[in-house]
Order: sequence, then C-alpha cells, then structure tokens
Amino acid sequence: MERVKSLLRSLGRTVTDKLWRLGFASRFFAYTLLHSGTAFRRFGLTIREIYFTGVLSLIIILVSGLFVGMVLGLQGYDTLQRYGSSEALGVLVALSLVRELGPVVAGLLFASRAGSAITAEIGLMKATEQISAMEMMAVDPIARVVAPRFWAGVISMPLLAALFSAAGIFGGYLVGVQLIGVDQGAFWSQMQAAVDVRQDILNGVIKSVVFGIAVTWIAVFEGYDAPPTAEGVSRATTRTVVTSSLAILALDFVLTALMFTGGNGK
Amino acid sequence: MNRSAIDLWVGVLVAMGLAALLFLALKVGNLASISTSEVYQVQAKFANIGGLKVRAPIKSAGVVVGRVVGVHFDNESYEAVVTLSIDGSFKFPRDTSAKILTSGLLGEQYVGLEAGGDATMLKTGDRVKLTQSAVVLENLISQFMFSKAQEGGNSKESK
Repeated sequence: MERVKSLLRSLGRTVTDKLWRLGFASRFFAYTLLHSGTAFRRFGLTIREIYFTGVLSLIIILVSGLFVGMVLGLQGYDTLQRYGSSEALGVLVALSLVRELGPVVAGLLFASRAGSAITAEIGLMKATEQISAMEMMAVDPIARVVAPRFWAGVISMPLLAALFSAAGIFGGYLVGVQLIGVDQGAFWSQMQAAVDVRQDILNGVIKSVVFGIAVTWIAVFEGYDAPPTAEGVSRATTRTVVTSSLAILALDFVLTALMFTGGNGK
Repeated sequence: MNRSAIDLWVGVLVAMGLAALLFLALKVGNLASISTSEVYQVQAKFANIGGLKVRAPIKSAGVVVGRVVGVHFDNESYEAVVTLSIDGSFKFPRDTSAKILTSGLLGEQYVGLEAGGDATMLKTGDRVKLTQSAVVLENLISQFMFSKAQEGGNSKESK
C-alpha cells in the first residue's frame, strides 16, 4: 500500500512539474513578445545576434543543402529511370526540398548550430551572474538579452531554409543535368510546371517561420531556465538540441497534415 | 569584429536569403508564367472525368492555355461540371470541343480544346457543348472483349 502511494506521489509530482514548466515557458514566451520593443528600437542588438545565428550558420547550411540535393539527384535518378521518367528528376528534387527537406533539415541544423549556442550563452550569463547584474542596474534582461536573440532566430531561420532549398536544387541540377545528363530543358520546365508558388513554396516558408519560432523559443527558455552551474548549462544545451529537434519533427507532421491534404485542392 | 562588418555580413545574409526566395519563386515555382492577366471562365459537362483534378492544365494544340479551377457534380443531369479558366489572350470559337486526355501512358489527365469554326468567341459564363469524356480503361477492355466475343459468334454462324 505504501509503495503504491509513493508511486502515485512520484507520478503526480512528475506531471505537475512538467505542467508547471510548460506554463512557465508559455509565460516566458508571452513576456518576451511583450518586451521585444527594445529589440526593434535598438535594432543593432538584433543585427548582432542575426550575425551570430544566421551568418555564421551560412556555411553549414549551404554545404549541407548542396550535398542533400546531390544525393537526392543520384537516388531519385536511380529510381525514376526504372520507370522511364528520369526527366521528372527536377520535380522530385524541387518538391522534396521546398516542401520538406529545406525547412526540416535547415531547422535541425539551425537547432544544433545556433540553438545550442544561444542556450549556452544565456546559461553562462546566468551562471556568471551577468543576468542578476543587469537586474540590479534596472535593465530588463529579457528585453536586453532574450528578445534580440529570439527575433534574430525568427528572422534568420526562413532565410536559411530558403538558402538550403536553393542550394539543394542547385546540387540536384549539378548531379542530374551536368553529371548524369538529364535533359536540361525538361529538368527545369517539369519542375516549373509541378511546383506551385502558393501551395509549395509559401507553405515551405510558413513551415520554416514556425520552426524558427519553436527552436529559438526553446533555446532561449532553456538558457534562461538553466541551473547556474557548469553541469546545469551543459544539460540545458543538450535539452535544447533534443527538444527542438523533436519539436521540429512533430510540428512538421502537424503542418504537413494541415497543408497537403485533399488531392483535389479542397 | 566591429559594427560595420557585422552590418555588412547581415546585409549579405538577408540579400542572399531574399535572392534564394526569389529564385525559388521565379525559377522553380515559375511565378512569372502564372500571369495575373485576365482570364475567362467557361464550363463544360462531361459524362465521366476520370482522374481529372483541380489545377490540371488545359491545352490546345499541346500548348497550355489555362487551368481547371473547379470540378463539381451536377445532381440534375448526373454529369460532372468542370470549370475551365482560360487565359484572356487566347480566344476560342463558341463551338470549340473539349476532351479529357492523358499525357503519356501513365501521365496526368488534362483538358484538350479543339477550336471550331464559329465566328463568335467564348466568354465568361458560356458552356462548351461538345465534350468527350475520359477514356476509362475498364470500359475499353470490356468493349474490346464484347466485340471479340461477337466476332467469334459471327464466324461460328457463318460456317
């Protein structure tokens, strides 16, 4: 009886703890949005963060995009040529990149490249009591530290996803047209006929904006919530990467289900 | 790193990102060819549309002249009503006929228009009267079997 009680007690504690954390994260999100005036009035702060999250992620995004596109070109050609429709390679590469791989893979890379850095930075600021020092000087740390990082992530993520897709399509073009020898005209014209600007490209952009919000929200929250110790910061960084990767994949399923259902456009 | 260098690099990132979006929109998605020029909509009734989908192309002599914008079922004539949106720069006579065709053996279905000889042109709200339904493979096979069976019967009788 006593064991059952203690088991139930620990279950209850786990659930309330998780719920409290979720509620805290939501209040934190709302507070960040309400206090992001500074991030736009002193836009220099945000620009500095865009440099760290966006510009420094550029190399990894472009190179991965190129290679993902090249692999798609090789694999897609291998399957398509069995059905004698290797000209549809452009459609395959473009649709899979623009709809799914661009936002998702760019989001995962962004989470591990930029999200972890944001968490570690804010967590260390907390551990070295810089955040408390700001509060002492009556500077709101959320307006000064968190909001610029949040908006920088939200701005950079769609740009990086678009660059990823463009680099991937270029990679698919390199392999498909230059290396294998798919007809260039068919590659581009079939792609243009099949890819719809609103249905495919705009939905991809919407996905990348949502992923940007989710990843940076998780990153700044984990950093702000991290226990101010070396171990706490390292755990928070790990949690950022794991949670935001899972969030990206789960959100991707939900968004895809909402966007691409109904073959008849209804 | 000083301020102006950071500004420069952020500017480069934003410019590249916008260029990538523009590339996706123009070169990949072909925004330019979906002209916002005037279109006119006509309707056509088909006994069977097969697998025709909304947004399927409308072609005349192989050239895309418009898109299918609606597929409905008419509960009075029990036929499918297909709304065709045709680019305003292409005029078709009123006795134009519409067929549902398939591109390639397994390709997607599209609406083919064949111009007639009438002097008045189609305009919004008109109906294409001459239509030909999609070819349904099962019907084709059953017709073939039927005609074969009949042939067999005739040849037996003649002996």
